[in-house]
Amino acid sequence: MATPVTKTKVQRKLVGKLTLLVLCMFGFGFALVPLYDLLCEITGINGKTNTVAYTDIKQPVDTSREINVQFIAINNDKMSWAFRPTARTIKVNPGAPTETFFYAKNPMDYQMTGQAVPSVSPARAAAYFHKVECFCFDQQILESGEDVEMGLQFVIDNDLPDDVRTITLTYTLFDVTEDRVASAYSLN
Amino acid sequence: MGEHHGPEKGIKRWLLATNHKDIGTMYLWFSFAMFLIGGAFAMIIRAELFQPGMQLVEPDFFNQMTTLHGLVMVFGAIMPSFVGLANWMIPMMIGAPDMALPRMNNLSFWLLPFAFAVLLSSLFMEGGAPNFGWTFYAPLSTTYGPPSTTFFIFGVHIMGASSIMGSINIIATVMNLRAPGMTYMKMPLFVWTWVITAFLLIAVMPVLAGAVTMMLMDIHFGTSFFSAAGGGDPVLFQHIFWFFGHPEVYIIILPAFGVVSEIIPTFARKPLFGYASMVYATASIAFLSFIVWAHHMYTTGMPLAGELYFMYATMLIAVPTGVKVFNWVATMYDGALTFETPMLFCLGFLFLFTMGGFTGLMLSIAPADFQYHDTYFVVAHFHYVMVAGAIFSMTAAVYYWLPKWCGRMYNETLGKAQFWISFIGFNLTFFPQHFVGLAGMPRRIPDYALQFADFNMMSSIGAFIYGGSQLFFLYNVIATIRSGEKVSDDKVWEGANGLEWTVPTPAPFHTFSTPPEVK
Amino acid sequence: MYLSVDRLKKFTFRPALMLFVLFSTGAIADPSQRWQLNMSPGVTELGQKIYDLHMAVTIICCVIALFVFIPLTIIIVKHRKSTGKQAATWHENLFFELSWTIIPFFILGFMAYPSTMTLIEAYDTSDSDIDILVTGYQWKWKYEYLGKDGKNFSFMSNLSTPRDVIYGDPTERENYLLEVDEPLLIPVNQKTRFLVTAADVIHAWWVPDLAVKKDATPGYINEAYTIPTKTGTYRGQCAELCGKDHGFMPIVVKVVEQAEFDAWVEEKSKAVDLSPKTFDELMALGKDLYATNCAACHGVNGEGIAGAFPGLKGSPIAVGDMTGHLDIVVNGKPGTAMAAYGSQLDALKLAAIITYERNAWGNNAGDSVQATDVLNYMNGGAK
Repeated sequence: MATPVTKTKVQRKLVGKLTLLVLCMFGFGFALVPLYDLLCEITGINGKTNTVAYTDIKQPVDTSREINVQFIAINNDKMSWAFRPTARTIKVNPGAPTETFFYAKNPMDYQMTGQAVPSVSPARAAAYFHKVECFCFDQQILESGEDVEMGLQFVIDNDLPDDVRTITLTYTLFDVTEDRVASAYSLN
Repeated sequence: MGEHHGPEKGIKRWLLATNHKDIGTMYLWFSFAMFLIGGAFAMIIRAELFQPGMQLVEPDFFNQMTTLHGLVMVFGAIMPSFVGLANWMIPMMIGAPDMALPRMNNLSFWLLPFAFAVLLSSLFMEGGAPNFGWTFYAPLSTTYGPPSTTFFIFGVHIMGASSIMGSINIIATVMNLRAPGMTYMKMPLFVWTWVITAFLLIAVMPVLAGAVTMMLMDIHFGTSFFSAAGGGDPVLFQHIFWFFGHPEVYIIILPAFGVVSEIIPTFARKPLFGYASMVYATASIAFLSFIVWAHHMYTTGMPLAGELYFMYATMLIAVPTGVKVFNWVATMYDGALTFETPMLFCLGFLFLFTMGGFTGLMLSIAPADFQYHDTYFVVAHFHYVMVAGAIFSMTAAVYYWLPKWCGRMYNETLGKAQFWISFIGFNLTFFPQHFVGLAGMPRRIPDYALQFADFNMMSSIGAFIYGGSQLFFLYNVIATIRSGEKVSDDKVWEGANGLEWTVPTPAPFHTFSTPPEVK
Repeated sequence: MYLSVDRLKKFTFRPALMLFVLFSTGAIADPSQRWQLNMSPGVTELGQKIYDLHMAVTIICCVIALFVFIPLTIIIVKHRKSTGKQAATWHENLFFELSWTIIPFFILGFMAYPSTMTLIEAYDTSDSDIDILVTGYQWKWKYEYLGKDGKNFSFMSNLSTPRDVIYGDPTERENYLLEVDEPLLIPVNQKTRFLVTAADVIHAWWVPDLAVKKDATPGYINEAYTIPTKTGTYRGQCAELCGKDHGFMPIVVKVVEQAEFDAWVEEKSKAVDLSPKTFDELMALGKDLYATNCAACHGVNGEGIAGAFPGLKGSPIAVGDMTGHLDIVVNGKPGTAMAAYGSQLDALKLAAIITYERNAWGNNAGDSVQATDVLNYMNGGAK
């Protein structure tokens, strides 16, 4: 092979450095996942709320304003459970811990597992919506025909921006029953 | 191509090629083949859209066409063509005997045919080819993707590896093999734009590889990176994708800037205006490309602060891009212009790319983007920068350096004819798309409401004209190689400058075995 | 692959006729729309502001374009070598280089201010009068009215252009591909808030005249609002690639007077009609519902799409046990594209579709099912 190029030490060092950069960037792609979650948690991007119980509820109740909290239940594709909030809207004062329930029933003839995914709109209210206890922290397992009322306790932060008067909390219920989360693309 | 001294005979010459010129030639032919295949997909798309109603293909097959058109053009045609050009020209421009890592060079080329064989074979698989757009947003591409998605991911991995190796090679070549006296600020602008592009590639191709790896894990190993059910987030996919995707569009356009910066001075017979500011502008564009990605996601429901940040940052890109355009105009001012085919394509680039820049600026305005987003206005915008930007300048580059490569002159009349037909066909195709986009036609639809019919028919006619003009190109290149008029002048062009014009014509198999002295 | 000779013929013979139709008479669409060149300001204040912003930026771009293209053209004409011109050798000019770096900043700043103001307005979160939950499905929209007074109802909105028009001759069809079986109504001069989400893949809900475009992402909720100032029918489409029939899930919103809206809400909130229907009534209703809800995958004649979606003609489920048929329609089939229609359609519609599927295209189950049966099945749970 007539290549007059000699690989010097410099050359090898440079290639090593560049390869390292490639590996770092590959890792960075994966690091974006936790970084993004962290950013979402702090800023409430995407209406993401806290995923672990909020414990710091010593805020005084702010009786000067009432916030409309609207509850919505959505079944994701092919989730066959009955799923609805027991109350569609409630008015709450910031700082006051409040409890409400969601109803769910498994109509199928086998045991199923559901996971509710919360989302808050407007997104910037998410950071001020603290869940003290929520059924969405865990998966729900329902036997065939079983129904359940699932509890949600929350408190709205006193620092909620003034112009937010309605907060909408949506739960999307996903079917996460094992062996059922196969590809939705059908070949039949 | 012409007579060479030293290469092996037969198929081994190509399979085991380590010579930068041979590898460059293979890259160029491969990318042209991909260009024709991707173009054929575009012709199917435009044929279906020729009139309202479904006539030729099923909607799902239409989606496969839009997906493959995008993937093949971006990863198969444009990127490899500029890598091929880099292989041919960078060693000759900086006075190096070859690329720094010739064996890796061979590998990085030969990965590509495999990658695209895998990708294109998905067309014949059960369930069809990928049908989720070249942006492959989750969950359409994960939970709802066809079975061939796995092969698509495999293909992306291989072509990513190829690009990364190519980039490492280019950086190593430029950093270590410059001829004595060839300081960084004396390098031709094409070399500069390629070094910056190579760094962009090294930075973002691994992120793309990460994204498709996460997809693969979601599909086959039960993770939920992009599925809300398991605590993941489909919007996260878009962030990762566009963190790769925005630099990617500059990966495509920066080498084109380099080509134009070589050709305009030649035919203006005047040195490039503002060399230093060109280098700085290129670097600024590359830097900005990393911090503007979410302008592709204005409608995803980002918080206000995020929208504002990405809007301001995106608008800033107009500044260095503007500097480049003004510098090119200033280069031509007071020159002695002639209009051979390469220069015509560069002028076409200058007019049309600038228009694409303006629509880009319009798209950066977040509230207006709420109306533009995902319409044909966007399609028009990115074809003005991709086709008139990258493809026009690539065509210019082939005509410009072809005499040096093969020692024969192309047919000027045919070249000019190709330019004018392309120019008219291109504008007839894409200019009306601004209008239908503003009037409310979404992209990626196989059929449309009747009020969009007239402009779509024009667009299709234009597309067939533009597609046809590429056959002129193919014919002209082959005819030149086989029987073009011989060129013996080393310089080829009266106004040409640079080391590549100091070697004999056609360029011998080995050049600069002894480094030249640059003053 | 999907090319058939038959279609190819249609394709080659019709263009001549089409060209004549398109470029001669205005037979196929409203002429004012046919050659629409520009964005529509729509019927909202925000839409008008976005339009003004769009025009301002367009004009600024055109002016800059003149500043670039006129000198460029002059240079191309005047500084040719053929005029005997000698090329100069200068290649730097600090003054010019600095000015075309700095001046653009001012122009951008000039554009940034109104953009920021309009964007802030688009993010307004003040109280709304009407809340509508919009859920994207492959390939239709579901609207749920979330009344402040506790009233609540929902319905699916499907493309109502028949498949044989799409695959035949669409040129005579008014509102081709932009028509639905059941439009959404909202009141004029009121603030309607749309909560946008999706149940499968990402969609985007876009009505240009209402100045709303929001991504519908599964698991996440987005919001947008509109305050239409003029009554009328406004049409839009899904704006995010969502699979096979992305191009066939239009949006139709009728902006009406408050009284008409109230009457509509009253009518829609009534309980589902559970009264027994005759076989022919169910078949007739079922035929239309099948065409809009099922035909996209299972085919107009129950033939399905080979390799992707099963046919229903002669299928063991469609002519077999009724419970099995109810199960797959109401609960869907996990692991496939078959959705659970129990949460999408009311009992009467489900009954009609099932009855139709069992008795159309030579299927001869010979039985029918009533809305009350469907309801009993759903409440009774497992089969």
